Amino acid sequence: MQNRKILALGALCLLVVCIHLLTVITGSLFYLTQLTMAAYYGLVIIGLGTLMGYAGQISLGHAGFFAIGGYLAASLTTCNLVPFQGNWLLRGLDTFGLLTTAQNLAGEHVLTMEPWAACGCAVAAAALIALVIGIPVLKLKGHYLAMATLGFGTIIYRILLASPYFGEADGISEVPGFTLLPAMGTMGPIMISGDPAHRLVNYYLAWGVLILGMGLLLNLIGSRVGRALRSLHSSEEAAEAAGIDTARFKLHVFVLSAVYAAVAGVLLTHFNGGIGPSEASVMKSVRYVALVAVGGMTHLWGTLLMGVTLTFLSLRGVFGTYDDAVFGLILILVMLFAPEGILSLRLKWLIKTICSGVRS
Amino acid sequence: MSLDLFFQYLFAGITYGAIYAIVAIGFNIIYNATGIINFAQGEFVMLGGMISISLLRFMPLAYAIAAAVVITMAIGALIEILFIRWLESPSVLRMIIITIGISILLRELALHIWGESIRSLPYFYGNEVTTFALGSVHVSPQVLWVIVACAVMVSGLSVFFKGTPIGREMRACAANRTAALLCGINTRNMVTLSFMLSAGIGALAGCVMSPITYTQYDSGTSLAIKGFTVAILGGLGNSMAAVMAGILLGIIEAFSVSVVPLAFQDAIAITILLIILFVKPHGLFGSSAAARLKAF
Repeated sequence: MQNRKILALGALCLLVVCIHLLTVITGSLFYLTQLTMAAYYGLVIIGLGTLMGYAGQISLGHAGFFAIGGYLAASLTTCNLVPFQGNWLLRGLDTFGLLTTAQNLAGEHVLTMEPWAACGCAVAAAALIALVIGIPVLKLKGHYLAMATLGFGTIIYRILLASPYFGEADGISEVPGFTLLPAMGTMGPIMISGDPAHRLVNYYLAWGVLILGMGLLLNLIGSRVGRALRSLHSSEEAAEAAGIDTARFKLHVFVLSAVYAAVAGVLLTHFNGGIGPSEASVMKSVRYVALVAVGGMTHLWGTLLMGVTLTFLSLRGVFGTYDDAVFGLILILVMLFAPEGILSLRLKWLIKTICSGVRS
Repeated sequence: MSLDLFFQYLFAGITYGAIYAIVAIGFNIIYNATGIINFAQGEFVMLGGMISISLLRFMPLAYAIAAAVVITMAIGALIEILFIRWLESPSVLRMIIITIGISILLRELALHIWGESIRSLPYFYGNEVTTFALGSVHVSPQVLWVIVACAVMVSGLSVFFKGTPIGREMRACAANRTAALLCGINTRNMVTLSFMLSAGIGALAGCVMSPITYTQYDSGTSLAIKGFTVAILGGLGNSMAAVMAGILLGIIEAFSVSVVPLAFQDAIAITILLIILFVKPHGLFGSSAAARLKAF
């Protein structure tokens, strides 16, 4: 079991390298940009997949957590703090080296928060909000849970759309790159930004984060916690009777998946250099649910592969103006004909044909 | 706040509340028959408005509305037959996702047919500025149309459910599906009928509200959330309570405009929804003992 997991993760690493080589050979390196973005969305999707597939809780508000992460990171790294320079809080932040100075296009001196600190704040805020929201929300079931999380997502969307601090309908743009490692010797700085010069590094960074996230989730699922979660999905009463603190497990997974969404939001915002309110819209949340459903709820690998592939196609604009309609249709078809996910369908079909072949 | 202003807000609240109540009744009818919350309910309202606006070019207003209601009912029946009828006891999660998918499809369909432009039916009587004085308060005649439509619908439904054989069969189906089946009632047809009924009710709501609130391809979603809020507020499945709850929500929203910015108006309904879900999920007028017996 342990070996298979490492083998699968290794295969994914190999696949990532192969795709890179393939784009080099075919001279289509520009695909890497969308693949990078797809990897970040993949992070949201596997987090949600764990919540839906293993804890059995639907969330129609995950775009909200993504947006909390992205928007907080964006606003903290772009908001000019010069007018508040005398403030004790800022002086405190400065002594810890959490502030950074730069010059904007007009040549003015700008004081903003260090991306590391902003990232920490954003993810912590998302986790805290998930915790506070999760305690009452996860007591609900079925339709009520779906509507409550949908309501949460809509509130976040409305707040972002109505507050001038978050740029209203325009969102926040000109978010600086996220420098992970400063320039050393001949090597340039390693940073998350949409600059074509950093494209390759970003591609590997994004997939590295995704594979790391996947590894952590696989470990979680294989552990005692994972078994508890699966029992929770099949029957909450039975799980409780077996002595599992269902409320606590559900809450933990909810917070974990919110953190995954927030991290993806932070990193993608730095990569894109901006974020708009459409990232928080209900349609985005529904899309995440659709991708989880397509991959198969209790099948994290399927979720990952289908999620990244479909997101990549959608980002490349393959579906054109029918983008949302395609996702709606996928959602219905998968739920009608293959509620276990598309990959499971293929597998069953394959086994059936092989069996019949052997018999004849 | 002066007394005139108070009554002005009150009337606005009652108008919107009546609309929300109609949407909520649509939710309740399907919920009673199937135990499903139809997330595409708001789209029926949008479709009703849009179809009647398009038909208005070819026929007078009353016929256009009637035709729009019939067409939307047919769409509702078609959806039920295509996507829901043949499923063997699907899980709640599956049904939620399917109805969400249906709502996306309907919305995208509307986007491709009618575009993004905002449309509206003309006022049924007079025009935007026609008002009549009720004491010192000025009220648009369309407000009366909305309230009358709501009242007619509620009384019509209660007569239908209590008085007619089909209505009684539907109630039997809502109370206990297996028992109804054993009594020789075709429960599947009852479910189709409930989708038709709630689609028709939604479409009629879409028509009477269109002159006031306008219709756009995506106007269904926020209506669905508000309709659901009202359905929960009144207690899921209870149509009479939904009317009370609808008017309550409408009035709260109308008065909140004087306190909170307009941009946050939608957030108020949702906050109420969240609070009621956390505190009293069986609704203001429902009993918790009865709620425990229902499957969610």
